[in-house]
Amino acid sequence: MNYANYIYLIPLLPLLSFLLLGFFGRKYVGSASGWVGVLSLGTSALLSVYTAFRYFFVDGLMDGKYQTIIPVKMEWLRFSETLSIDMGILLDPVSVMMLVVVTFVSLMVHLFSIGYMKGEERYATYFSYLSLFTFSMLGLVLSTNIFQIYMFWELVGVSSYLLIGYYFTKPSAVKASKKAFIVTRFADLGFLIGILILGFSGGSFDFATLIATLTNTQSPELTTMISSSFLGITLLSWALTLVFIGGAGKSAMFPLHIWLPDAMEGPTPVSALIHAATMVVAGVYLVARMFPVFALDPAVMQLITITGIISAVLAAIIACTQTDIKRVLAYSTMSQIGYMMFAMGISGYAFNDTGYTGSLFHLFTHAFFKSLLFLGAGAVIHYVHSNEMKDMGGLRKSMPITHITFLLACLAIAGIPPLAGFFSKEEILLAAWESNKTVYFMALGTSALTAFYMFRLYFSIFWSKEAAHHDNHHGEGTFTMKLPLLLLAGCTIGAGLIPFSNFVTSNNIPEKMELHLLFSIAPVLLAVLAIGIAAMLYKNENDKPDKIASSVNALYRTALNKFYIDEIYLFITKKIIFNLIAKPAAWIDRNIVDGLMNLLGNATIIVSDEAKSVQSGKVQWYALAFLGGILILTVAFIYLY
Amino acid sequence: MNLNLLILVPFLTAMAILFCRSLPAVRSIALAGSAIQLVLSLVLFYLFSQERMVNESLMLFEQNIVWFKTLNINYHIGVDGISVSMILLTAFVVLAGVLVSWKMPKATGGDGEMGREFFFLLMFLSLGAYGFFISLDLFTLFFFLEVAVIPKFLLIGIWGSGKKEYAAMKLALMLMGGSALVFVGLAGLYLNTYTATGLHTFDILEIANMSINHDMQLLFFPFAFVGFGIFTAIFPFHTWVPDGHSSAPTAASMFLAGISMKLGGYGCLRAAVLLMPEAAHYYSGWIVALSAIAIIYGAFATMMQTDLKYINAYSSVSHCGFVLLGIGMLTHTAIMGAVMQMVSHGLMTALFFAAIGMIYERTHTREVKKLGGLLKIMPFISTVFVIAGLCSLGLPGFSGFVAEMTVFVGAWEQVDAMYRLATILACASIVVTAVYILRAVGKAIMGPIADQHHLELTDARWNEKMAAGILIIGIVAIGIAPFWLTELVTPGTTAIMNQLNGF
Repeated sequence: MNYANYIYLIPLLPLLSFLLLGFFGRKYVGSASGWVGVLSLGTSALLSVYTAFRYFFVDGLMDGKYQTIIPVKMEWLRFSETLSIDMGILLDPVSVMMLVVVTFVSLMVHLFSIGYMKGEERYATYFSYLSLFTFSMLGLVLSTNIFQIYMFWELVGVSSYLLIGYYFTKPSAVKASKKAFIVTRFADLGFLIGILILGFSGGSFDFATLIATLTNTQSPELTTMISSSFLGITLLSWALTLVFIGGAGKSAMFPLHIWLPDAMEGPTPVSALIHAATMVVAGVYLVARMFPVFALDPAVMQLITITGIISAVLAAIIACTQTDIKRVLAYSTMSQIGYMMFAMGISGYAFNDTGYTGSLFHLFTHAFFKSLLFLGAGAVIHYVHSNEMKDMGGLRKSMPITHITFLLACLAIAGIPPLAGFFSKEEILLAAWESNKTVYFMALGTSALTAFYMFRLYFSIFWSKEAAHHDNHHGEGTFTMKLPLLLLAGCTIGAGLIPFSNFVTSNNIPEKMELHLLFSIAPVLLAVLAIGIAAMLYKNENDKPDKIASSVNALYRTALNKFYIDEIYLFITKKIIFNLIAKPAAWIDRNIVDGLMNLLGNATIIVSDEAKSVQSGKVQWYALAFLGGILILTVAFIYLY
Repeated sequence: MNLNLLILVPFLTAMAILFCRSLPAVRSIALAGSAIQLVLSLVLFYLFSQERMVNESLMLFEQNIVWFKTLNINYHIGVDGISVSMILLTAFVVLAGVLVSWKMPKATGGDGEMGREFFFLLMFLSLGAYGFFISLDLFTLFFFLEVAVIPKFLLIGIWGSGKKEYAAMKLALMLMGGSALVFVGLAGLYLNTYTATGLHTFDILEIANMSINHDMQLLFFPFAFVGFGIFTAIFPFHTWVPDGHSSAPTAASMFLAGISMKLGGYGCLRAAVLLMPEAAHYYSGWIVALSAIAIIYGAFATMMQTDLKYINAYSSVSHCGFVLLGIGMLTHTAIMGAVMQMVSHGLMTALFFAAIGMIYERTHTREVKKLGGLLKIMPFISTVFVIAGLCSLGLPGFSGFVAEMTVFVGAWEQVDAMYRLATILACASIVVTAVYILRAVGKAIMGPIADQHHLELTDARWNEKMAAGILIIGIVAIGIAPFWLTELVTPGTTAIMNQLNGF
């Protein structure tokens, strides 16, 4: 079967289930909505796995290099002779890998949601939004050009908005959804301008053409982009920085990360899908997609590295203090994406392929264990009806499956062999070690912190106090809730064993995967140590954590309040933009601009009042005055002429 | 196809309405009339596309009848792709407007609801709009522009709400001021034309083929452009928009923003830029500066509004800025974007006003603060509101995205630093738009229910569902498959570009 014969079905099936459930779900499909979603996603996932198998093992590899295949492409909107937006599907190692990740995780989340969302009033709507998101995300990863990616970029943004605001009667959910959309929109503004610069200077929006023209050192486009500068920065750097800002917004990189923790207001399975496994890694994907162009500019790559490592460290510190389990996971996500980002960065400016492969490898494994963590958290929240750690504890007996799978995921993210996270993280650390020692030591510290806060979470939920207070009426959850946990746990164990560099490399030429066992000793030992500390502090209920917190009170407070970044934003938006721009604009409009117009009007009205005794009403008067005026003007014109 | 049908159908409908006695009869006739309009415009679209393949000439379906021989005024009509897209827009909005007005807005000052007069005026307004879009003679063009202005004044003055006398007066004054400027501009143009017979001419195609004296272009272009610009809310003559819209009854708001503001943009293109290309180049910097101000300033001013209609009215100022920005950029892509933005904004804003009207009719308030949680009470209307909002903030899949992106890409073709700055400012407005749209949606549609009395309210009726459905079909048709619109419009915009590059 040719790719072109079926590949469009992968994104279209979720679109169909969105339309079906969106239009008829509430009235006609009802409680079967979940299964409609599972069916369409299941088919999509099967087709994706089939595609991946074919691509990687049958016909993707030619002359020792993975080909870029574009089975479907049509012109969608033509701007000028050279520029147009096309709609198409692009298959290369990265997009095929993403295809599998997105459809598989989405399927797991659909399955889990059947039990989790049971009894919700807007059950069908929920599944239609999930399908819409999946469609948009698939469109994003399959894009053939930068404008197409931007379109689906906006669509995933809006599906995320709708899902965060799913509990729309809750003011905090509404606020969070607004925040998420607006912050990412702000970043997208940079993306859009970056696209315009790149498109015009590179002569195309198409990835292939763009990369070909810009990486050709002889091409006039590249020369103009490097030689012309604005504010002392070359055009190329501007364009790539702006595109990266778009990616940083979506991937919740410092300082645009403020929306992600709040986004946890959405239903927990949504957080697993959108805010852990798929949408938030779009920024990393974007850099990977345009990697040859990014690699032209070491300065931008350094910026990406710095942003990534700062986000990784900052988020890990904050995660140690949070008490809402979903927020801990949110900060952990931000920290892990920071890893992927800086790995991309160092890979770009140090020409170190390990970083690129490691980054995408981590994206791959992270998708599984992080969605597992979120779904596990969802099961816990479903059980205890609270997000707060203090309401949990001692759940290991009552929720055995959740407990085991959660533990596996915690070990994976902490980087304990032989789980998935170990392999990908080692690769990133190795790349850092080879290129930039400062980054390496920061990353190593973060990895220890990661192990610590993850096991703080784990012990607080499943150990700590022996709580038997839960008058549990529905047990651990339905079969459809447990199955995804088990399947994802399977991936968490197995995914790391895939020789990733055989499939995904920056130049699409497969490489042998090497294991550096000696190198791994330090990170693993540190992680074990951190786990030990977490066990000491949190395994049994005691007052040691409070004591430590109060001994480093200032730092603890700052981290607990997320380094006051939200407050800074609030100051800028409320105090500066709102009070100093919007309010004056509205005031000027009502009082000065309109005042002038009214002045003009009043003058006329005074005259019209004078004429009232003669004229019966205002309308006639105006019509007359108007015609008279025209007459006078005409006469004057003819006369003057 | 005989284009006179487009004028004849609304005219006959209006006449038939005058002979009706009861409201049900009136509105059925109005509905039938506007349905025929829609069918007619779709037929026109089809026939035009067919004819376009074999006929290369700029205007199709031309007719030329002498009106006043001595002044050389002709009734000259014909259409190109730009006119056809405007006619389609008009037909969609008119049908939706009639459907929304099924339950009449309350009239004051007259006896009863005066349904006959209301629908009569609506039909008359659409007649003016169709006539305007098919005119190829400046005098006829101006004549139909006036036909379209007067009903609006009455619609607001009689069936409006709030400070309606003030608003109606303001609107009438400013639009008539605009018409006066247009008249001066067109008359000046006329007096500078010379034909073989020694007479002056109003004929657009003839004027396009001759070159008007450079200084005269510079003198009369501002009159024509600003005059038409007032209809499209050019800064600083946009202040009639918020007051006018907020006081108008729903259908009038829809017509005003959906059709009437487009008369201006179309006029700017057809009469000002096409006929005075040298002046267009000369003033392009001014147009771009004013429209960039309108876009960003309008967007920020919207942020502070608390009345739903004011929000949409100010946002219209901002969005219509894109039309003028596209025109002022003078590149092919940007002008095409301007036309697309006209169609897109017309449909979208009509949808927005329709949704606001439905909400207002039920809750009797448009204050965002007094609304809340409407999604729970009236899911259909709320969804319509959210769709209009998403289209307004430029979500892909809806028409707003396509139009805005075309304007941005076209604007970026101008490399001058000032133009670039204006483009970046215009791009920045998409963030501000997101802020005000989501604020309104977050407060009025989502959130806890503000007023327990609202719980008894009902969702949309059949007519309202149809009205919204028609407009959403239009928005989505452009948003998902924009190529048909660009194909339709391209020959017309190319002609304008040839004119701009040709001197």
